[in-house]
Amino acid sequence: MFTRRRFLETTALAGAALVVGVRFDSRPAAAVEGLAPDAFVRIAPDNTVTIISKHIELGQGSYSGVATILAEELDADWSQIRVESAPSDAARYGNRLLGGAQVTGGSTAMADSWNQMRRAGATARAMLVEAAAREWSVPASEITVDRGVVSHAPSGRRATFGELASKAAAIAPPAQVTLKDPKDFKLVGKQPPRVDSRAKTDGSAQYTMDFAVPGMLTALIARPPRFGATVKSFDATAARRVKGVTHVVPVPAGVAVVAESFWAARKGREALRVAWDESRAEKRGTDELYAAYRVLAGRPGTRARREGDADGALRGAARVLEAVYEFPYLAHAPMEPLDAVIRVGADGCDLWAGSQAPTIDQQVVAQIVGVPANTVRVHTLLGGGSFGRRATPNGDVAGEAASIAKAIGGDRAVKLVWTREDDIQGGRYRPLYVHRLRGGLDAAGNIVGWEHRIVGQSIASGTPFESAMVKDGVDRTSVEGAANLPYAIANIAVDLHTTRIGVPVLWWRSVGSTHTAYSTETFLDELAHAVGRDPVDLRRALLAKHPRHLAALNLAADRAGWGQTLPSGRARGVAVHESFNSVVAQVVEVSRRPDGLPKVERVVCAVDCGTAINPDVVRAQMEGGIGYGLAAALWNEVTLVRGRVQQRNFDTYRPLRIGEMPAVEVHIVPSGAAPTGVGEPGVPPIAPAVANAFFQLTGQRVRRLPFARLAAAGTRTS
Amino acid sequence: MANLRINGAARTVAADDDIPLLWVLREQLEMTGTKYGCGIAQCGACTVHIDGRAARACVTPAAVLQGREVVTIEGVSGDVARAVQETWRRLDVAQCGYCQSGQIMSAIALLSEIRRPSDADIDAAMTGNVCRCATYVRIRAAIHEAATTLGA
Repeated sequence: MFTRRRFLETTALAGAALVVGVRFDSRPAAAVEGLAPDAFVRIAPDNTVTIISKHIELGQGSYSGVATILAEELDADWSQIRVESAPSDAARYGNRLLGGAQVTGGSTAMADSWNQMRRAGATARAMLVEAAAREWSVPASEITVDRGVVSHAPSGRRATFGELASKAAAIAPPAQVTLKDPKDFKLVGKQPPRVDSRAKTDGSAQYTMDFAVPGMLTALIARPPRFGATVKSFDATAARRVKGVTHVVPVPAGVAVVAESFWAARKGREALRVAWDESRAEKRGTDELYAAYRVLAGRPGTRARREGDADGALRGAARVLEAVYEFPYLAHAPMEPLDAVIRVGADGCDLWAGSQAPTIDQQVVAQIVGVPANTVRVHTLLGGGSFGRRATPNGDVAGEAASIAKAIGGDRAVKLVWTREDDIQGGRYRPLYVHRLRGGLDAAGNIVGWEHRIVGQSIASGTPFESAMVKDGVDRTSVEGAANLPYAIANIAVDLHTTRIGVPVLWWRSVGSTHTAYSTETFLDELAHAVGRDPVDLRRALLAKHPRHLAALNLAADRAGWGQTLPSGRARGVAVHESFNSVVAQVVEVSRRPDGLPKVERVVCAVDCGTAINPDVVRAQMEGGIGYGLAAALWNEVTLVRGRVQQRNFDTYRPLRIGEMPAVEVHIVPSGAAPTGVGEPGVPPIAPAVANAFFQLTGQRVRRLPFARLAAAGTRTS
Repeated sequence: MANLRINGAARTVAADDDIPLLWVLREQLEMTGTKYGCGIAQCGACTVHIDGRAARACVTPAAVLQGREVVTIEGVSGDVARAVQETWRRLDVAQCGYCQSGQIMSAIALLSEIRRPSDADIDAAMTGNVCRCATYVRIRAAIHEAATTLGA
């Protein structure tokens, strides 16, 4: 039976900390017992401390990070910590670094949480201490707290958080709290185990794909073969004959086939016949786009940065190098395909999803269903990867689910599933870009001018984020990493051509830096080789005013043994890049595969991310970012021929496999600064570092990604 | 209908329309630890054991499994399974975790057959299991460490 009070446990109980369930609705089940001083923590009489995370757990460790910060100031014991996801409520759970919507993105989870969670922990701690002081009639100043136990040494009295929680609830939260001196940290900077490891090793972790409510239907959408096409007509006769198919309905995204099970929905979709109106569809192929973009790259564009007179410097240079780069469309391809569960009832609407932007989804669903936003309850489940795909300005997946629920009527829950083919072929790609760089050298070998032109679609244009992200015609996500080139070059010009193409695009793990790090770091390498400078030495010379870059670069180079002899058949390359306020340097060692492509043997990575809240999570994100970036660099591109996507699944959009993963060493630059990004900054340096090593090994510059295009073109160099 | 043995228990399921074992497990038996990732045996998120060997549930029709022994992540047991799962937790291998049921099932099958796998053995046994979070460094380390634990 469908019960409104049903709680869905996502994990088994054991081990250190864990993730607890997602409530079926977001209304309080009952008056909270124990202490709940704010929206972020509840301390129950059973001595559990439940931390409410406004940032979704997608694998990047946000639940563990948020919990570590709060538990630190609370002086809780790690084993009593539980984490659950926050309900959709921008007023309480908005991201203060991203304009106040409830969004997990831009590698901001720790930076956004740092002060807020510290204060929440310290506030709850102060209330527990005050409760104990009153209970024991002793001065609060004589009370200590350690690992979940409140003690008064002179009297020998002790109490657990659970014993004090209800008494503490009667005390007004203090207006001021004192935060710890970082030297006293017991959890931050240490290695508390992740809160989600147990559930993710016994099959109990619950993702949207796993979520079910009684009577739920499953929907797939027949999507157009070209972007921008719409449904002209459809014949559902055969689809409706498939056992289990309950509805076939047109929706804005295509035609939805709704059934009692996934398999029936899939069979029904196969049997469906749809005629598409392609009059407004995008019919160009990626070859045509590259050709058009290369022409644009030959002309000045909208100014993104001007320092000095790059044009004059290049005209007067003793020598000018030029390089043109091509970057393909990329799919995110998280392991859990896109999905959402929706139920529209008389009392409002519930959406269960692993969304990075629950309050955007809330607005989108409210608008489509035609109900007030405050009656839409978004329940955030674990996300099976995302890499940016689950954060869309128009709440695409939630909106599709809402349109299906509206079309079929009734109050049965519906789970919308994107198959892997839908995911690879359905767009929202990292945009395709062409870059053109020119660098001028004087007779002494100094870089005197740097001209960088970028051509590609804007991610923010036409979305609600446009006003915040597009300034003076420049989408900052198109030029980030290029417009803020850190190198001390007197004359710099960075230009942008923004194109309008009917292929939907989106931020993809590390956004602009996915392409700008590659072109800037490989082009600088070309300039270094052109003048016979060591690539690390040249960077050091040009980064004198950037201590964080220097520290990361020096640490990576030192630990990698830069300059030491390698066995024959191996070469090193380096790249350093700042993104999301963190700096990452990577030194790679490559050899060559039998097919001529690089085999990355070893990566030494140094990261300055401010305070490393969970150093092991930071290491994991660097490892993962390297693997994610390497897959794209070596293999991945979405190509279109006459508007049709050529890749379908993991057979044609090739993921990195275990044998291709290099050994990775991660070194964290010690820092007492506030935390900065970790989820994305590991990605940008890997591709240029590999390209630079590949040049060292082969003498060949790779300027068109992915590297697989080398093998495809039959290119061989000795 | 088909009579299957899953995690040691007899289960009667609807196995018509070539329905793969994956969807029988997930939707009929509510065992959602076995994941859908690609549907064409390219990612390994759906890995289960059929008569002790790793197999992809997304392309295995349920109807052909009469009389075979199917074990899923929910039903694994024994020294090898325990060593693998405990090592996975100790090393915090998982990131998003969606592929990890499949990774663990493949690792258990590997260690059940080869007690001290080499890196090449690991590459061969695990190459069908994709992790888009790229937790491969830790997967490799965890398999070696679990092997050490089992050998002690």
